[in-house]
Amino acid sequence: MSRDDGAEPWHETVIRVLKENEVDLVTYIPDNVLRELIDALHTDPYFTVICPAREEEAVAIVAGAYMAGRRGIVLMQTSGFATLPNALASLVVPFQIPVVMMISERGIMGEFQIGQAIVCKTMRPVLQSIGMEHHTIEEHDHVPFVVDGMIRQAFATRSPAAIILSPLLTKRPRAGAAQ
Amino acid sequence: MTTISNTERGAAKVMNRTDLTRRLVARLQKDEAVVGGIGHTNWDLWASGQRPQNFYMLGSMGLAAPIALGVAVAQPDRMVFALEGDGSLLMQVGALATIATVEPANLCVIVWDNEAFHITGGQKSLTATGADIVAMARGAGLTNSTWAADEAHFESLVDEVLGGTTGPRLIAARIDMTKPAGTTDRDPVKIRLNFMSGIAPPDKEG
Repeated sequence: MSRDDGAEPWHETVIRVLKENEVDLVTYIPDNVLRELIDALHTDPYFTVICPAREEEAVAIVAGAYMAGRRGIVLMQTSGFATLPNALASLVVPFQIPVVMMISERGIMGEFQIGQAIVCKTMRPVLQSIGMEHHTIEEHDHVPFVVDGMIRQAFATRSPAAIILSPLLTKRPRAGAAQ
Repeated sequence: MTTISNTERGAAKVMNRTDLTRRLVARLQKDEAVVGGIGHTNWDLWASGQRPQNFYMLGSMGLAAPIALGVAVAQPDRMVFALEGDGSLLMQVGALATIATVEPANLCVIVWDNEAFHITGGQKSLTATGADIVAMARGAGLTNSTWAADEAHFESLVDEVLGGTTGPRLIAARIDMTKPAGTTDRDPVKIRLNFMSGIAPPDKEG
């Protein structure tokens, strides 16, 4: 799990870490930044991939699967997270269900859509106020350690967690790496 | 077996949720999972006997069917029921299309339709003014969706599900405004742990 020579794109690292942690169910609401990750998940037979109508469903499916013995992760963008406070505060937090979310951060560093820029500001205060573990990844080198650690902690402590992918990770050109 | 397969909503008998919930539970012999939606739906499930295979949802209105879908995907060999009210289902109606797309053979959504938000004071829901849940479910791709004509028909529909009918299905029942027969003890972690041990796969613990 420690291989990181700088050549592996972040989405490939994520897939590797998901497999190492036996996370084989993925629910997502589409997002352009996550497109390569989503495409790769769809083509990999290891994963069951479900794209429901709304983020709340995506969370509930993974919550139900966890209780039935299967590990999952939910992918979305910031505006999708903004639809979730009730489901998080009334389902995954009080029932102590380790739903891991991966959220691509829109609304900062070059955003062109004012709605995204505004709704983005609600994300961390919501996470803070319901006491949800969250961390933002900005550095490519940090991807394996942070994703692995947050997944392991979530399942070990029966706590939901949000892994936020900053544009510094997903949009910034990397020296020496093919983009 | 009753074979009224295309009962229209207007022709369906108005029944009682407590009675129908008990009729359902009485027919469960194989540790089938039952996810009870918010409010009176899961209160009546609670009152029907606290099976360890029952999950009682305390908030997150509309998410009983998606939770049940997650259970069904994780354990394809176990039959899973979701119980929802009309107001709850309409709040997350896209879930019908999700279920139709994923197409789990082991999932049945049962909808209690009393045309009202009963627990908050009986305000009319959208089914009171014409929304037909079975028609919506069929439109979403759940072709195997049916109004229960009466109690005997409800039981025959449940028997079909338990008999291994393939494909997800939806059963809707019109119900009256009788209060539920009990109140769920609201202890989320206890509910989760009971449910997880009740449906634990033989080879691993939660």
